[in-house]
Amino acid sequence: MALHVPEPKARPGAAPDWSGVILPKAGAQPRPDEVCAASETWPLCTDLIRVLDEAGHAQGPWNPRLDAETLRSMLRNMALTRAFDERMFRGQRQGKTSFYMKCTGEEATSVAPAMALAADDMVFPSYRQQGILITRGYPLTEMINQIYSNKADKLKGRQLPIMYSARDYGFFTISGNLATQLPQAVGWAMASAISADTRIAAAWVGEGSTAEGDFHSAMTFATVYNAPVVLNVVNNQWAISSFSGFAGGERQTFAARAIGHGIAGLRVDGNDPLAVYAATRWAANRARSNAGPTLIEHFTYRAEGHSTSDDPSQYRSAQERSSWPLGDPIARLKDHLIALGEWDEERQAAMDLDLAEQVKTATRAAEANGVLGHGLHHPFHTMFEDVFETLPWHLQEQSEQAMRERRIKWPDWRPEDGDDMP
Amino acid sequence: MSDLVTCRRMTMIEAINDALDVMMARDPSVVIMGEDVGYFGGVFRATAGLQKKYGKTRVFDTPISECGIIGVAVGMGAYGLRPVPEIQFADYIYPGLDQLVSEAARLRYRSAGEFIAPLTVRSPFGGGIFGGQTHSQSPEALFTHVAGLKTVIPSNPYDAKGLLIAAIEDNDPVIFFEPKRIYNGPFTGAYDRPVEPWSKHPDSEVPEGHYTVPLGKARVVREGEGVTVLAYGTMVHVAHAVCVDKGVDAEVIDLRTLVPLDIETIKQSVRKTGRCMIVHEATRTGGFGAELSALVQEHCFYELEVPIERVTGFDTPYPHSLEWAYFPGAVRIGEALDRICKD
Repeated sequence: MALHVPEPKARPGAAPDWSGVILPKAGAQPRPDEVCAASETWPLCTDLIRVLDEAGHAQGPWNPRLDAETLRSMLRNMALTRAFDERMFRGQRQGKTSFYMKCTGEEATSVAPAMALAADDMVFPSYRQQGILITRGYPLTEMINQIYSNKADKLKGRQLPIMYSARDYGFFTISGNLATQLPQAVGWAMASAISADTRIAAAWVGEGSTAEGDFHSAMTFATVYNAPVVLNVVNNQWAISSFSGFAGGERQTFAARAIGHGIAGLRVDGNDPLAVYAATRWAANRARSNAGPTLIEHFTYRAEGHSTSDDPSQYRSAQERSSWPLGDPIARLKDHLIALGEWDEERQAAMDLDLAEQVKTATRAAEANGVLGHGLHHPFHTMFEDVFETLPWHLQEQSEQAMRERRIKWPDWRPEDGDDMP
Repeated sequence: MSDLVTCRRMTMIEAINDALDVMMARDPSVVIMGEDVGYFGGVFRATAGLQKKYGKTRVFDTPISECGIIGVAVGMGAYGLRPVPEIQFADYIYPGLDQLVSEAARLRYRSAGEFIAPLTVRSPFGGGIFGGQTHSQSPEALFTHVAGLKTVIPSNPYDAKGLLIAAIEDNDPVIFFEPKRIYNGPFTGAYDRPVEPWSKHPDSEVPEGHYTVPLGKARVVREGEGVTVLAYGTMVHVAHAVCVDKGVDAEVIDLRTLVPLDIETIKQSVRKTGRCMIVHEATRTGGFGAELSALVQEHCFYELEVPIERVTGFDTPYPHSLEWAYFPGAVRIGEALDRICKD
């Protein structure tokens, strides 16, 4: 016997090898009825649902037939997400915050589902679905306030940058602990069903995190109670430095795990925003009509490093990004709109300029509230609030201690300096 | 309590069942879930009859997945329900630990109050039943160490009902450990004698309907001048019995809630007695007794006449055949009392 330890096809210095990626023809995948038996979706778990062909035309039964206005809005949401990422990444490099994570190349997997879901469906994202907040119209300045942990940060500087929470936008508080949001989403969906509500839940997880036990428990509870939930696996092929083989991806697709649980499964070209939209709509309709949960695998590629703390050139081929066969979701939707005669390069350039300006304006507004480490933060006592609904004696004592320490460290402090010292 | 309130003699398990019944009837957002809690009514009968009365969508059986049970309950809480998940034995709570520690405990804090986790996780705990390694554990210290969790342990039927109702109504996540050794009768440590029923114990008089025992309030079970005994759960009865047998004038305090702790009652008592014995079944090192001992030392240093004694389980996994050698019973408590009271 010999132990098999998976190895990606290309390491730094080697040419990428995409020979294992089979690209079926756009439009060739059947679209079963939304309330079909879960087992009928088996062929779609190993196939790849694609709508946009190489020439930028929408093909086949999964074409969601969106009007041009909606398509332009989708393009804009994705482009804004990318512009936001670019600026925040630079902000981290300039020392304005400690940390950032881009979603470059994966914009379709958050923007398109957000457009396909109802506004009051609750989403349980991982840390790489900022496109949902942007699509749902959450103010960019609020996002940046959170990233800077400044005095206007709605999370009071308690959370690592990008761990947003926006209840009013149906966006569940992001946790650093991977996959925990999956059973929570199933529980939210069960609660909606218990309450005879019409809202559904949707959750996101990376392919790496499907190896967590919470993935299995979420799938089990979802199928047992027929929970109205859409579980999204964003397979961007990399979990920090580990390729998807370490999550079991060498042997079987991630969508295929649905069938073993008795859940409908779809495997989608994650860089085809129309396919992602159509799959989400299919799954959402299925959940809302009480036909049960769906697992969607979005096959995509993490174009950038894992985070600002990561250097992907240390573990993968530098040419992977440019040669990745499913391309760039923004470019593909742009080409589609141009092919439809509803868009052109000039308008694209103007839009990109406008979006960059929008992000810049939001950044300036947020910077007026402070950047990390420059003193403009929430008052000390807020550190002790919200641990419990009310402050117990031991936290009251510790809060007073923090105030004492502050007086010792900064004897010149005055109330007008912006804190609320007693 | 008003004379108008009707009381009924109940065992602790009946009192818990009654608390759940009262809350199910009172609040439509209360849901009960766990392994075997539905049709069957729970392996200890804590949820008996509730599914029949309230329906399958409010009291239901779950897959055998503690991380799933807690994770799903957190999601239900975020929706606006008030879940009361059961973990069949505290020894099996560990698969759900990530969801409790990383999620339930921190939801309010990390979302600045946007999302809360108003769950009450019920779980039978403690030894004294020949439960061996995995049906006897007392893991309370793992939870008292977690910021954002409340930990509650009743010692009698009256408190069990009042504390459970208070826990369910509380908007913070509560770990509610039920000492299974005393589900059907108090236990003084006399393991070779037949079980005494609750019906002979004054605290088995349980009011009908809704009442609460507030979280964070200890109870002085017996007033005394000689030594302060800090205990909870089964050990309240054991420690009390040993003090009576030895004729020690002990002030026995049932902590009832470990977090938030009733420090005032503890301080008042130790300042009066000048001596303190802490008793718990859980293993010694890093146990909650260490926290209690540190707090008593900090708050009552100048009144202490002798070192604080910790009487606990040994630092071993819970054994089967040597259960009564492991259990902190009369001999171990007696020795500690002798040391404390020798001058």
